[in-house]
This record gives sequence, structure tokens and C-alpha cells, in this order.
Amino acid sequence: MNHQRRDTLKAGSGLGMLGLLAAAGLIKPEMANAAWNQTAFDAKNMDAAFAAFNAGKPAESADVVITTPDIAENGAVVPVGVVSNLPKTEQIVIMIEKNPNMVAASFTLPEGTVADVQTRVKMGQTSDVYAVVKADGKFYMAKKEVKVTLGGCGG
Amino acid sequence: MASPMRIRAAAKDGVTEVRVLMSHVMETGQRKDSSGALIPAHFITELTAKHNDKVVLSAEFGPSVSTNPYLAFKFKGGAKGDKLAVNWVDNKGDSRTDEVQIA
Repeated sequence: MNHQRRDTLKAGSGLGMLGLLAAAGLIKPEMANAAWNQTAFDAKNMDAAFAAFNAGKPAESADVVITTPDIAENGAVVPVGVVSNLPKTEQIVIMIEKNPNMVAASFTLPEGTVADVQTRVKMGQTSDVYAVVKADGKFYMAKKEVKVTLGGCGG
Repeated sequence: MASPMRIRAAAKDGVTEVRVLMSHVMETGQRKDSSGALIPAHFITELTAKHNDKVVLSAEFGPSVSTNPYLAFKFKGGAKGDKLAVNWVDNKGDSRTDEVQIA
């Protein structure tokens, strides 16, 4: 937990922004979680989502591999796996372009943890899935389109 | 109190593979109930996995993560019998920690 807090501090604006939002009463008390990257999870477009991680415009890299089905029959449960073959991978973020909140999950990998995570996400509709990877201080990404036959949001 | 997580951790050739299945509604805050009222958001925000008190993975989740979240990852090191603990916190302040021995 403390590790994450340090990361947020390092990320610069993250914590300050959160404090501002909390002060302005924009965040409900139960949401005022010191380490959680509110800015990122509230991002409504890809540029804002990238900016929330100070990622700028990540370069597409063949060393970042997304594993998803090409067609997801049930958008409520779409398996997503991300493998990074880049040395010193420290962070993996999964974003779904056409979801109301693009950022699905962010993983911080301490040294010794293999850059290979799998999880399951919801997808409202057919969309590109982005994997943004921070390795050795630089950001890289890969994207893959997943077709959704039955949406997982709303419903 | 939320139901227990199901955690499997297996060490093989110096790498420990961990699979976690959490039990959580992961409500997005965008769905409506039958009377048209919004169902408040309720989802896991943070997760930390520790191997013998050393953090091996920390994660932040948004509401886009599926109901009953599944997570798999691998880390170097870890031996049979070592402790592996996973802790999550949700946006309502609930939390849960479960611990297993690496097999």
C-alpha cells in the first residue's frame, strides 16, 4: 500500500489533484481513497487516461502482447491477458476505449514480478482494448479490437 | 463481510504462479434497478498481494473489472509452504485479506 502511495506521489499531480477534488467536495467520503488514482479512473477519453498516468502518447510496441478473444459473446466477462517482454516493466494498465470509464485496471509490478497478468473485464460494446506498459521509465502500448455480441454494462 | 477469496499459488521452476478469484459485486454505478433508480457503485479499488510480507503485486481496479474479479500473475521466487496473502479494499471501505500456503 505504501509502495503505491509513493508511486502516486512520484506521478506528480496524482495526489495533489485528488486533494483538490476532495476539498471541492467532488468526491464522496467513501471515494476519498488516498492511493487510488481517481483522475485515471474518471478519464473520459484516451488522452485524459494516458495523461493520468503521465504516459503522454505511448509508442506502439510489438513487445507488449494482449491476449483476448477476438469475439466476446458475453461482454460482462471478457478475459484479458497482458504480457510485456520489455525489460524493467514496472506498470501495466488495461484500458477499454469505448467504456464509460476507460481505465479498467492498473497493476504495479515490483522487481521480481513477471510482466504477465490476466484478469477479466466488462465491455459495453465492441471496442479496442489497450495495454499500456511502463518499462524503464518509458511508456509503450498495444491495442486489439474485441467484438462484443452482448454488452456487459447497463443491460 | 465479504466471502472468502479463492487463491491458488503454485511454485514451479523458481516462479510462483498465483491465481485469485475474489467474490465481489463490482457494481459500476451505471446500472438501474427495476424502478429506474441508479444502483450505487460498489467495487474493489485496490488489491495488494504479499509473499512473506514482501509486496509482489499491487493493483488498482476500476468499475470495468468483472463481477467476482479474477486475477492471475507470476513472480520469481517463492517456495512450497511460503505464505501468500492477498488483500483488497473497496470503495465503501470494506476490505478482506486471505492467506494461503504456496503449493
